[in-house]
Amino acid sequence: MKQQDSPDKSVDARSQDAMCFNQSALKHKWYHNVKYLVVGMLFGIVLVKAEVVNWFRIQEMFRLQSFHMYGVIGTAVVTGIVSVWLIKKFNVKTIYGEPVKIASKTFNKGQIYGGLIFGLGWAMTGACPGPLFAQIGTGSTVVVVTLLSAVVGTWVYGLVREKLPH
Amino acid sequence: MMEAIQQPWPWYVAGPLIGLTVPVLLLIGNKSFGISSSLRHVCAACIPCRIPFFQYDWKKELWNLLFVFGIFLGGAITVGLLSNPPGFQVDAELLKELSGYGHVDYDNLVPEAIFSWRSLFTLRGFIIMVAGGFLVGFGTRYAGGCTSGHAIMGLSNLQLPSLVATLFFMVGGFIMANLVLPLILSL
Repeated sequence: MKQQDSPDKSVDARSQDAMCFNQSALKHKWYHNVKYLVVGMLFGIVLVKAEVVNWFRIQEMFRLQSFHMYGVIGTAVVTGIVSVWLIKKFNVKTIYGEPVKIASKTFNKGQIYGGLIFGLGWAMTGACPGPLFAQIGTGSTVVVVTLLSAVVGTWVYGLVREKLPH
Repeated sequence: MMEAIQQPWPWYVAGPLIGLTVPVLLLIGNKSFGISSSLRHVCAACIPCRIPFFQYDWKKELWNLLFVFGIFLGGAITVGLLSNPPGFQVDAELLKELSGYGHVDYDNLVPEAIFSWRSLFTLRGFIIMVAGGFLVGFGTRYAGGCTSGHAIMGLSNLQLPSLVATLFFMVGGFIMANLVLPLILSL
């Protein structure tokens, strides 16, 4: 099967089951992407400083032994809700003057089955996808294995997704 | 100032900073915050194998790959410049439980006894790192997002499917940490 070149098809395929696909219709030179590298770096620093990438903190969360992770996730969500509300309310534009667009999610059973499966893996590895990258950065080189395994898991999902209940 | 930065940051500082990633990404280029998609883009770039799910122009999502590379750099910078003092408080109950399995090192973010190259070749280490990683990759894609895409971005946009996903993330985590992981750790 040849890859479709029409822009609509491309957006359609990329958005499939993904929260984060490129919404912008603008074309930029590659170096415009460097700003995401900087934001990622700041995000990585926060993850490590907050000990969100710490295996023990994840264990404490799932054993209800510490409020820390609930506090982090809770305040992050509240900050996000207020920010998105403000952006919509005041119709804030991007730095390129585009209106902000956020895709809606439709419910499917994948959020239940997949959510459960990810939860099991999260408590085992003590890491969701973001912290995996941060942990490797902090020098836990063996986490590369976990990351590669996660890539394989994603690939296997793509392979069998037509056969899975959604 | 530097001293304050070098301490571990409390939740009420870290949480809002993490939440601010949502508007920052939206405003600098209309990007919805999400990390697990980067794993999919790696598949699309490296191992598409004619699977329709991976046949798209991953180069349009280059920003996401740079973002996660930034997270990696952020981890390295923190260890190099802003590192927490060694040793940290672990809940006494957890400490007692883990000591029972022979884990006594608490200087690293991840316990050396489980996450090390040496441990990778033990049954316990292999299950936790390889099987655990597989579940993370498979599960996040099946759910359509991870803690960033669903729990932070999705909830920020008041998406009900994201609330469902987040609740099941927690259910899976509780089952693993309390019922299954103790069995794996005692291997």
